[in-house]
Amino acid sequence: MAQMDRKTYWREVRKRTFWLLVIWFIVGYVLSIFLVEPLNTLKIAGVPMGFWMAQQGSIMIFILLILAYAIMMGKLDRAAGVEEDAGTTTPPSQAH
Amino acid sequence: MSIIGWTFFWVAVTFSVYIGIAIWSRVKDTAGFYVAGQGIPSVANGAAVAADWMSAASFISMAGLISFMGYDGAVYLMGWTGGYVLLAVLLAPFLRKFGKFTVPDFVGERYYSNTARVVAAIAALFVSFTYVAGQMRGVGVVFSRFLQVDIVWGVIIGMAIVSLYAVLGGMKGITWTQVAQYTVLIIAYLIPAFAIAYTLTGIPLPQLALGKVLPRLDQLQYELLGNFYSQPFKGSWDMLNVFCVTFALMAGTAGLPHVIVRFYTVRRVVDARWSAFWALFFIGLLYLTAPAVAMFARYYILNAFNELGPTGMLDLSWVQNWAQTGLIRTGEWSEGMTAATLLSTIDRDIIVLATPEIANLSA
Repeated sequence: MAQMDRKTYWREVRKRTFWLLVIWFIVGYVLSIFLVEPLNTLKIAGVPMGFWMAQQGSIMIFILLILAYAIMMGKLDRAAGVEEDAGTTTPPSQAH
Repeated sequence: MSIIGWTFFWVAVTFSVYIGIAIWSRVKDTAGFYVAGQGIPSVANGAAVAADWMSAASFISMAGLISFMGYDGAVYLMGWTGGYVLLAVLLAPFLRKFGKFTVPDFVGERYYSNTARVVAAIAALFVSFTYVAGQMRGVGVVFSRFLQVDIVWGVIIGMAIVSLYAVLGGMKGITWTQVAQYTVLIIAYLIPAFAIAYTLTGIPLPQLALGKVLPRLDQLQYELLGNFYSQPFKGSWDMLNVFCVTFALMAGTAGLPHVIVRFYTVRRVVDARWSAFWALFFIGLLYLTAPAVAMFARYYILNAFNELGPTGMLDLSWVQNWAQTGLIRTGEWSEGMTAATLLSTIDRDIIVLATPEIANLSA
């Protein structure tokens, strides 16, 4: 199977990062702050939904976002052939 | 043994464990001191970051803040976790790839500028001093209550012990000590939360119990204070303020030098990403429980006011114990005072530590 080239790799990394941050913004700001009052007319787990989103749901989704990031980046690493072997220590590299 | 005896015993045991770990992980070289020889496993690193997080602000103060702020306390919950997402996807893996020792290093090389490096170093100093000041306040609060010493002595004792194990073990000692600390802290936080959830609602899981408590709390708060706990944008916390503070806290969290530096201590970039996940997962266990603890505490205090009034509350032993530390100004209490005034005499930092006492005695 042909390996992904570096340019594509970075483009894919940026694309996925971008979409994760879109979800981050929607969950952390749009639903939890801008739309909290309309959302509060609904209930979840006995609690107004906007309030629940701000104090519980957002945190849960943030955790899932980082999980998704770790999994997706691992797949990209393997597709581009840049995955690091277990048990090795990656040496310092250039900052650019 | 009396309670104070047990307290001294457990403090001695846990601190001995921390110092033992520091001695076991004594370091001899620069790489060991600053980046733990880069050998920390992801899950352990995650737990260490989480323990770092579960310091004075998150562990002691946050639930108290939320308890007094209601919905608006979400700025802290989202700010300090959402910022972590930024750290995990925009900073941590790339810093590990760079792989040296400090953040100013990275800034200097990335921007080809020694000036940038110096500015970053000065900024890191400011942030670190501010952060340490907050931590020392927390140390003071805890020691003054449990060892019944003056807050100044509490700070001095805490500083001495921490300095000892930091100097001995460097980053490696600190990291492994914090894995132990995380375990102690999360158990200490969750056990009362589960117990109180069960006592109040018959449901042990705080995240589900809060659904039963919130309606009662909203009702009580409306009667005593004229607004709802769950109501957004109370007082000066209008939508613009909530947005700005949340964003400021998120950006600040992503830039915390002592957290960023932890991502240098793992083996590979992939480990940096996974340790970021584990860190937020571990800290999430606390952050998802804090709103419940906040509600339980608020409910108990308002309920006590409702049923006993200020004079009746003076007989409660939790009020007396905390009044001794000066963190509840009972001197200002009078029979006709409003709930709002009474609440203003309570220092928010005591809520997490006081809630177990409160729950035992007023239910």
